[in-house]
Amino acid sequence: MTLSPDVQANTPHPTLLTFLRTTRRLTGSKEGCAEGDCGACTVLIGRLLRGELVYETVNACIRPLSTVHACHVVTVEHLARPDYSHNDRHNERQGPVNQPAVSSVQASISDQAVNNASATNRSATHTPTRELNKSGQAQLGGQLHPVQNAMAECNGSQCGFCTPGIVMSLYALQLENTHPEVADIERALQGNLCRCTGYQPIIEAALKATSASHKSTQPDKLFSSYKKVQQRLQAIHTEKMQSFHYLDHCTYRPANTEQLAELLASVDDTTLIAGSTDVGLWINKEFRDVSPLVSIAHIESLHQITQDEHGLTLGACVTYSEAAPVLLLTYPELTDYWYRIGGEQIRNMGTVGGNIANGSPIGDTPPVLIALGASVRLSSSQGSRDLLLEDYFIDYGIQDLHDSEFIESVFIPAPVTDKDRQTHLAAYKISKRFDEDISTLCCALSLTLSGGRVIAAVFAYGGMAATPKRAAAAELAVIGEYWTEETLENACMEIANDFSPLSDWRASAGYRQLVASNLLRRFYLETAGGDGMQTQLDRSAVAP
Amino acid sequence: MSQQPSVKGDVHQALAHDSALRHVTGEAKYIDDMAEPAGCLHAAIGMAEVARAQLQKLDLKAVVDTPGVELVLSAEDFGEHNDISPTGRNDEPVFAHKEIEFYGQPLFAVIAQTREIARRAAKKAIVTYSESATPVIDVDQALGQANRDLVTEPLTLKKGNADLVLANAGNRLAGCLHVGGQDHFYLEGHIALAVPGEGNEMLVWSSTQHPSEVQHMVAHTLGIASHAVTVKVRRMGGGFGGKETQSNLFAVVASLAARKTARAVKLRPDRDDDMIMTGKRHDFRIDYDVGFDDEGAILALKGQFAARCGYSADLSGPVTDRALFHADNAYYLPAAELRSVPLKTNTVSNTAFRGFGGPQGLLSAERVIEEIAYHLGKDPLDVRLQNLYGIDERNITPYHQTITDNILHRLITTLETDANYRKRRQDIIAFNKDSRCIRKGIALTPVKFGISFTATWMNQAGALLQVYRDGSILLNHGGTEMGQGLFIKVAQVIANELQVDIDRIQVTATATDKVPNTSATAASSGSDLNAMAALDAAQKIKSRLITFAAGHYNTSTESIRFINNHVYAGSQRIKFDDLIEAAYMGRTSLSATGFYRTPDIHWDRDTGTGRPFFYYAYGASVSEVSIDLLTGEYQVDRTDILHDVGNSLNPAIDRGQIEGGFVQGMGWLTTEELWWDDKGRLRTHAPSTYKIPLASDRPKVFNVKLAEWSKNPERTIRRSKAVGEPPLMLAVSVLEALSMAVASVADYAICPRLNTPATPEVILSAVEKLKAEI
Repeated sequence: MTLSPDVQANTPHPTLLTFLRTTRRLTGSKEGCAEGDCGACTVLIGRLLRGELVYETVNACIRPLSTVHACHVVTVEHLARPDYSHNDRHNERQGPVNQPAVSSVQASISDQAVNNASATNRSATHTPTRELNKSGQAQLGGQLHPVQNAMAECNGSQCGFCTPGIVMSLYALQLENTHPEVADIERALQGNLCRCTGYQPIIEAALKATSASHKSTQPDKLFSSYKKVQQRLQAIHTEKMQSFHYLDHCTYRPANTEQLAELLASVDDTTLIAGSTDVGLWINKEFRDVSPLVSIAHIESLHQITQDEHGLTLGACVTYSEAAPVLLLTYPELTDYWYRIGGEQIRNMGTVGGNIANGSPIGDTPPVLIALGASVRLSSSQGSRDLLLEDYFIDYGIQDLHDSEFIESVFIPAPVTDKDRQTHLAAYKISKRFDEDISTLCCALSLTLSGGRVIAAVFAYGGMAATPKRAAAAELAVIGEYWTEETLENACMEIANDFSPLSDWRASAGYRQLVASNLLRRFYLETAGGDGMQTQLDRSAVAP
Repeated sequence: MSQQPSVKGDVHQALAHDSALRHVTGEAKYIDDMAEPAGCLHAAIGMAEVARAQLQKLDLKAVVDTPGVELVLSAEDFGEHNDISPTGRNDEPVFAHKEIEFYGQPLFAVIAQTREIARRAAKKAIVTYSESATPVIDVDQALGQANRDLVTEPLTLKKGNADLVLANAGNRLAGCLHVGGQDHFYLEGHIALAVPGEGNEMLVWSSTQHPSEVQHMVAHTLGIASHAVTVKVRRMGGGFGGKETQSNLFAVVASLAARKTARAVKLRPDRDDDMIMTGKRHDFRIDYDVGFDDEGAILALKGQFAARCGYSADLSGPVTDRALFHADNAYYLPAAELRSVPLKTNTVSNTAFRGFGGPQGLLSAERVIEEIAYHLGKDPLDVRLQNLYGIDERNITPYHQTITDNILHRLITTLETDANYRKRRQDIIAFNKDSRCIRKGIALTPVKFGISFTATWMNQAGALLQVYRDGSILLNHGGTEMGQGLFIKVAQVIANELQVDIDRIQVTATATDKVPNTSATAASSGSDLNAMAALDAAQKIKSRLITFAAGHYNTSTESIRFINNHVYAGSQRIKFDDLIEAAYMGRTSLSATGFYRTPDIHWDRDTGTGRPFFYYAYGASVSEVSIDLLTGEYQVDRTDILHDVGNSLNPAIDRGQIEGGFVQGMGWLTTEELWWDDKGRLRTHAPSTYKIPLASDRPKVFNVKLAEWSKNPERTIRRSKAVGEPPLMLAVSVLEALSMAVASVADYAICPRLNTPATPEVILSAVEKLKAEI
């Protein structure tokens, strides 16, 4: 029964969720799936981005604790807790949340920045009010956040297990959007599963909370503490390479790309981790040995987005959310597609570089980037090289990336502006469930016409081969031809020569094959032969 | 009565869930949130990685040698008690001993200092198998076997001579429907925390719908008496039937580990392991043969209901029975012969899931309606209306129960009008004529669902009510809270009966040492049974208080009345608190147990006759959908629901059940696909691959109404009706609407025969098939 000295070594890379629930006993955040798909663990992470403090929802279950260094973690306990002693004499109020001593492993992590909103602070700033609503139930309007009140009043919870995560997603939505519409609410909830309610009361609660918040004169607590937290995070900031050791396991935290390059040149078998939307699963589900981890999400230069007359450059750690405003302004055709990547939490975590680096054939961004003619910059201590993205993918699990290299950025050349040329761009995703699903297949289709003839075409597909891949034969079938139904059908016939997809739990090979060509047909109808007809489902939301 | 001032939280009021504030603050405690007892150990289960084999050798040396591992358990440790079969068939070992019967079958458990250590150590086992025969994975394969293996006794319901009527019918159609299964996907996975006490005592916190059965299983597997085991559950993070029997495994493993280590042991499987190891909704293959006249009236129906039951019986007997009980849905079958085939397969043993076989049976009835409608070129709604059960005639079911409470005609015609069904159907047909890529469909489908456990003896419940000297009330009953709002509903009934504000009533964790021998919270019966039992207890205390008050205040018992937190005794008005204190001083017992058994029900399975159901709950829905002919993608544009909950105990809670049940049913019929590979491995075992509905999947327009005019003619609790399961089947309108949209490509002349789940692929292949057939 003796505790083996190396017991702790069997628990490498604890997640943020484990830390919150087990070490800090903040059990409001739940584990529903441990793979970032259900949202029961949703918390906000505040981080410095170009000096500004930004708060975003993330899935705490797949986020290794070592990757939230110098971040402000906001859990559901931050919002409010009802004070039962004022309206229910038969319940005892829970005591203040304990703040246990910082354990050795987290010593270098900014434990102080984990906000658990101690009870003492709260009771000092709020006067509990005793109210009873018309149904006779206790209500604590003075203490609960408007989102929480609305969720309770609209019957937004049944079993309650998903509720804290949903509250946090709606709270985050309120912070950034004071007038959310139903579509915004649905988008904010793409990463939150509820099995009980059917969501209708949750949508109603989100709308109700919005109007309630407008009446509130108090700024949100996070706005009040903004400067203080910003200063504290700045104080933690360092230009030095850091490493967090956990017995045998180690996470390196290079401060910049130079340190990163040096590190990769000198240390073998590293695992780069940015958003942890993939690596988190390797740890939780596959028990893969990922040590030493190299955490890079905080490296400022990797978040750079620059746009000039040559094109758009996205740093490798630009998240899907960060990329959206610039990318979608330049390519509005991609908007619907972009917001079908993961759910909100995943878009806040996952990075464009990571989506490329993992080499998955079903990543959502590679087909789009290939269709846009993107290239990647691969860097190491030896220097950098640029590679056309489509050449980066060699075969399943094999990419043109050397051991000590990392993806530094992605470059998308500016569209050629020529009044004699007309370029059409579309991106389509097919999945079993519309939102927050992995593509059964997806494609980005780009077609340039001049004088009615096709002068350039890129038909890039995901989910159809071992890598993201262009439909070379179909492209060839349209080049030089007039963009007519006949040309289209010739291209569709070639899809069968371009791809031999697999059958799996997402779909059969036959379905993939048929839909791959049908998406070309959809593209044709939308760009030439459709005469304005409805070619896709009308997904627009309806206000209740 | 209605003139009386109402107490706070009175029955029939729309109150929020009793834990709503705790839910939204994250303060509601689930078992994994509880402070662990000092020295608590953690368990993980090791699973088989073949579907059908002999277990040659289970080498756990590397597991045991892992630092931090305290104990391993395998079949030998359970000895002669290695069985958790809920049917007593001894067909469900805790751990496989010699024979492996499904991929993912539990083989052993690791108990370690942390959950991480246990989970990682479990991967180190070296298991040697000798794979014998080919695993039988799906229904078609199992049906095709020369010697079909059944897990339990099949059932046949017979009414009239179906063969004869079919032979002479003017029209006759036969077909086949594959109905997919469904994972419960309760957000809180299974969990058990076993805390050893003195001597034999064991306290088990279990996320279960059936604490008494967990108690029984723990006692049985430990070889001790039930009185030594206490099982508690405050709340579950969802159950849906998935925690009716499936909690047993985790509870008994944690308990044996706790017994052996003399330490608390917690077992919380990872989501993927939970989905692989635990049973699901049964998938069915239903073969039907229907005879009907030229107007579309059904003359006779024959049906074979073959179910994938998995490797053991579990609840497959009553589940497949209930499929037959609902194979008529709302329609009168003059002659019928319905047979169940509960097939044994090398897959996880399927179990209860909201509707309990009923939805699958009901779906076949709606398919039959569709077949007739497309064959005759009629609006399916007309065929539905034509075949509805009558009020005073045409009202005998295939199991020979007479339906006496039919409100379907009013329900359907009201909904038809309110939702403007006829006009919208015309508009849709016009729209479809000119739309190349997008097609629409609309359907109105009814639900009739029988309420009661078909195992008649399970229709009983107990409660314990205690009033303390300060006038506060503690309420406990055998029902478990899984989000359905049972606790608040029962509390409302008590508030009403004792005429006190609901704040005064505390409902506490379901516990086997407070109320013994409880039935599962299942079959939609929670409030029907437990509120009645609690009411019985309240009436006992009330009666004692009346006797006391009559003496104490020197008046007649008839003059004592309880009104709005006060008691009127003759001319005196006494505060409830004061009466309680006085009653205490007058040595009056303020604690009572209550009991209820559903009256009038009986069922003879051998003859297939009786009155298995106390009453029926009804509902109807209209759904409109759009589909994409190029991709098979779809969406629900609008749903209107009119549902019957009798005189609702709590309209807010009931509405939540209806909306939630509908969306869950929609998931079952559309995107939720269980996909096993040819080795018998379930490949959709996590939310990344198994897709339950999201907020953006709910109907874009969603109108839900209660049939407020409905009162239960039976003497149920305050004339309410059960609401847990029936609304799930309202989602059938989505499937039928999808079917109509598909049928548009062949001018509504061919029944698309959609199997479920109707994924985009199923829709697209049906479109292609119909295109090829015209």
